[in-house]
Amino acid sequence: MSAAALARQILIVLVRILVGARGEWVGTAPEPRSRIYFANHTSHFDTLAVISALPPELRRRTRPVAARDYWGGSALKRFIAEKCLRAVLIDRDGRGEGDPLAPVDEALARRESVLIFPEGTRGAGEEVAAFKSGLHRLAERHPEAELIPVHLDNLARVMPKGSFLIVPLTCTARFGPPLTAVPGEPKAEFLARARAAVESLAPRRKGAPA
Amino acid sequence: MSAAFGWVLVGVIAILAAATIVGRALERRATTPEGRATIQNLNARTRSWWVMAIVFGGALALGPAATTLLFAGLSFMALREFWSLAPSRAGDHRALFLSFFVALPIHYLLLGTGWYGLFAVFIPVYAFLILPAISTLAGDVTDFLARQAKVQWGLMLTVYMLSHAPALMMLDTGTDPAMLVLYLVVVAQLSDVAQYVFGKLMGRTRFSPNVSPSKTVEGLLGGWVTAVLIGVALHGLTPFSPLQAAGMSLVIVVAGFFGGFVLSAVKRDLGAKDWGYVIAGHGGVLDRVDSIIFAAPMFFHLTRYWFTA
Repeated sequence: MSAAALARQILIVLVRILVGARGEWVGTAPEPRSRIYFANHTSHFDTLAVISALPPELRRRTRPVAARDYWGGSALKRFIAEKCLRAVLIDRDGRGEGDPLAPVDEALARRESVLIFPEGTRGAGEEVAAFKSGLHRLAERHPEAELIPVHLDNLARVMPKGSFLIVPLTCTARFGPPLTAVPGEPKAEFLARARAAVESLAPRRKGAPA
Repeated sequence: MSAAFGWVLVGVIAILAAATIVGRALERRATTPEGRATIQNLNARTRSWWVMAIVFGGALALGPAATTLLFAGLSFMALREFWSLAPSRAGDHRALFLSFFVALPIHYLLLGTGWYGLFAVFIPVYAFLILPAISTLAGDVTDFLARQAKVQWGLMLTVYMLSHAPALMMLDTGTDPAMLVLYLVVVAQLSDVAQYVFGKLMGRTRFSPNVSPSKTVEGLLGGWVTAVLIGVALHGLTPFSPLQAAGMSLVIVVAGFFGGFVLSAVKRDLGAKDWGYVIAGHGGVLDRVDSIIFAAPMFFHLTRYWFTA
């Protein structure tokens, strides 16, 4: 086993113990086909939680998309992102040359799956923020890839923004039915529909803060 | 270990072996999809029972420290399940952190060191006052009363009440105190099992479809009678006479029933069917210990009042 594979296994076991990261498949099944998973962004654990929730044979072919300005910051972060998680690093500020999504296109062209967080930065609470347009561009360029909405619950409460105390709640990653293609749909409507698909997977709890 | 413990061990292994064999036979006979699902769930439950019996029996055999640690772990997992379903706001974060990592360990430490006076008041008095005091510092008054009530319920149910099962080991009744824990757990859990079996075999009349759709009047009566009979048969584990054992078992099964019933109401209020998923076939830890949560303090205080020197 290589150092990266060992580190990956250790990370996944830690994430499982710490936040549960159980996968639940609703209206879709864990199939080894090319997919674009898109999830709500609530904490630093998000990428690890989704990757841990995937069955191993799907995990092997799923590449999380991560921001180079954060994950490329130090040698350790780069090792975790590129070697452990097999992440695709992109320039989210658009300062790099050419199309920032080009590395993601390459992964999808190889029939791999990708995981993206279309909100960009993580939100303040449980609410899902407006989606950025990257998801729309990927969907247009790769009609053969299935668009799978993913909802992560509780992670925002494990470690809210600005706190270093961890509360060990369990998180469920809920994978929903693929988004169907609507020919000629305007970008804004597509993004709103994608966001609604993620929100619709949130558990409906009485007394939950709006 | 006493001879009575040996008999309980043999009895539990015999029941589980019988359940395993019957489950295998039923699996071959089930024809409808619902029937097959029920039998698969039954067999998953039986497999989990084997694991639970081995873990609990092993902890009891290892001694009071291992038993206390096991219950501390169960409290931790139950509290985790409680808060994974119950909503909270950012302003509750410190109170939640303190519940898990300060209140729970201190409470079990007091139990382990046998400091009964402080054990009895630490959560109901000190955690009750200090946690809301700390929460006010976050400055969020939205739903403040309801949020504090949830913090208290979580701690009281999953830590304070549940800990009264291992707390039985603090009582000096002249008999092996670990056997009181065994007695409580065996009577409460066999009551749940017997209710399930009678409910599946002859359940017709729903007890309360809104709160707990699977509970039937037939299941309850059959389960209670069975569990009280078992409680009488096991009186040798305890300082009780057979008649006293019948009374104690009745308290355990009635309180245990309401434990399952109340936690089911809370669960449904939160929009869930199970508290968690760690015990295959049963749901979460809280689904399995709900009867102990209500029965343990009652059993503890009755025993402490009438049977200790």
